[in-house]
Amino acid sequence: MTPLTQTDKSAAVAVTSAVRLRAEHVRLAYGDRTVVEGLDLDVVAGTITAVIGPNGCGKSTLLRALGRLLRPTGGQVLLDGRRIDKMPTREVAKILGLLPQAPTAPEGLTVADLVARGRHPHQAWYRQWSADDEEAVAQALEWTGIADLAERPVDELSGGQRQRAWISMALAQGTDLLLLDEPTTFLDLAHQVDVLDLVRRLHQEAGRTVVMVLHDLNLAARYADRLVAMRDGRIVAAGEPSEVVTESMLAEVFGLAARVIPDPVAGTPLVVPIGGHAPSH
Amino acid sequence: MAVLERTPARVPGRPALRLRGVSIVWRPRYVIVLALGIAALVLGMAANIGRGEYPISVPDVLAVLLGGGDSGQRFIILELRLPRSLTGALVGAALAVAGAITQSIARNPLASPDMIGLTAGASAAAVFVIVLGGGFGAVGGFLAAAGLPMAALIGGLLTAFLIYGLAWRRGVRGFRLVLVGIGLQAMLLAVVHWLLVVAEVFEAARAYVWLNGSLNARGWEHVVPVSIALAVLLPAAFLLAHVLGALQYGDDTARGLGVPVDRARSLLLLVAVGLASVATASAGPIAFVALVAPQIAQRLVGGARPPIGMSLVVGAALTVISDVVARTAFGATELPVGIVTAVLGAPYLLYLLARYGREARA
Repeated sequence: MTPLTQTDKSAAVAVTSAVRLRAEHVRLAYGDRTVVEGLDLDVVAGTITAVIGPNGCGKSTLLRALGRLLRPTGGQVLLDGRRIDKMPTREVAKILGLLPQAPTAPEGLTVADLVARGRHPHQAWYRQWSADDEEAVAQALEWTGIADLAERPVDELSGGQRQRAWISMALAQGTDLLLLDEPTTFLDLAHQVDVLDLVRRLHQEAGRTVVMVLHDLNLAARYADRLVAMRDGRIVAAGEPSEVVTESMLAEVFGLAARVIPDPVAGTPLVVPIGGHAPSH
Repeated sequence: MAVLERTPARVPGRPALRLRGVSIVWRPRYVIVLALGIAALVLGMAANIGRGEYPISVPDVLAVLLGGGDSGQRFIILELRLPRSLTGALVGAALAVAGAITQSIARNPLASPDMIGLTAGASAAAVFVIVLGGGFGAVGGFLAAAGLPMAALIGGLLTAFLIYGLAWRRGVRGFRLVLVGIGLQAMLLAVVHWLLVVAEVFEAARAYVWLNGSLNARGWEHVVPVSIALAVLLPAAFLLAHVLGALQYGDDTARGLGVPVDRARSLLLLVAVGLASVATASAGPIAFVALVAPQIAQRLVGGARPPIGMSLVVGAALTVISDVVARTAFGATELPVGIVTAVLGAPYLLYLLARYGREARA
């Protein structure tokens, strides 16, 4: 499987419906503390999957396992049918790109240098800046709309710009599978929508398969093809947003009393929490 | 057709230099600063070689080094004086590269071998050999000559294992590494002092001079082991330096970029320990070069981490020039080079600590 470039979309269509990432009876633990137990999940090519759930439900842990950052203590993770922990990490890095939660860049780094680092899996000590690298980085900068910031230090950027720079780095890696861990944290609503629009464009125009952990249910419902709702390390519901985001699911997974109405803009489910208000009928 | 390709940059700030399969980012500032650094190193060495009971001018020294000069000058320079400057340059280079590596791994400018106990470990082992060597006569003599570098290396490695083991907690955090290292450093220095107390006066004096970091009376027999070690370790450092760039970003990001993080970091640490230990064995723990040189290099070149090649040149030049100062500043009294580097380095350490304090409060 060769990584897709932004212009090469036909290959993605050909493998549509193929399972790219699969978790089989996965058990995940930090030391003695088991976080996820007996979890199964398929990520289908050409989809956006959003993992939702309350804090501490194991959604970020699951994403780390899918990205081989965490080795399962039971079960296995398969990437294109092969056990991910048996593959050389560099080979994985050419297929799967990931953006950790709140990544840190060294001080004084420029945006161009940050994004160029995404080319690492394609480089060697004697091949540090090939024409392919330059092309991929230039495209990644354009995609995320930060080409004019290329020479600015990353630590001088606003939160939204910085997140674009990081996504740009993951893009430059040239993988057709992207794992994003809470790509919208610390962003105001406008920038959240901005970043998610970008993710959707990556999916629609560049054929990327995306798995992301999201906090905001309404945005998750709007931008994902498939929602996975987790609680206490288990998947409680999975499927299309309209199937998953229901008042009973919200009560079961989040312990939240809420009404679900159609989003007036997109038609996707919209969660309206009841909280202390008496419901008005 | 092999043409050096210079296409107009599509990514601002990263023009390329490409030749067949080889490609790098063209950074003119790096090249200029590197050339200036090398010039400073050569001049510093020439000035250092010129010093002595029979002074020789810098142009004369340069003439001899380029193959000219009369036979008297050639003998004095090549046989007697060059080894001292060469040892200084090599030791400084080794320390600086070791510092550049550990600072990058820990993502912390405080994490240099002389701050986190690596050179202290090497020192403790070396002083152990010096002290023990004197006490056991013939065996000791052999031990002191051949065993000192080995002892320093083993001491450095053991310390590195300890630091890494104690600091490891599902990955290594830079600040933890520094704190554990500083703690170990204090313990190792206590061991050194204990050894000095229990040692015979003569051995203690010898160990004491060594501990200050001195380039006195270095001959070709001192140059050879450092050169061999550097010939092995420096290429390794340059090969691994590429990975160092990715390791800067935190473990998850680095792994995401295809870096086998634990293996790469262990290898790099091993190279750094080797360099620092060999340097320490040759000239004693010359203070602060490993801390300061990589940071000077980074500020000269720009960028987000200490550059290996520039650190090497800065470390060598800093050590040699400090040696010149140590030998001239106080007239007839020649100080050990380590005292001068300490005087230069200590204010920088204070600056670093003050800056960290501010950041921690901010």
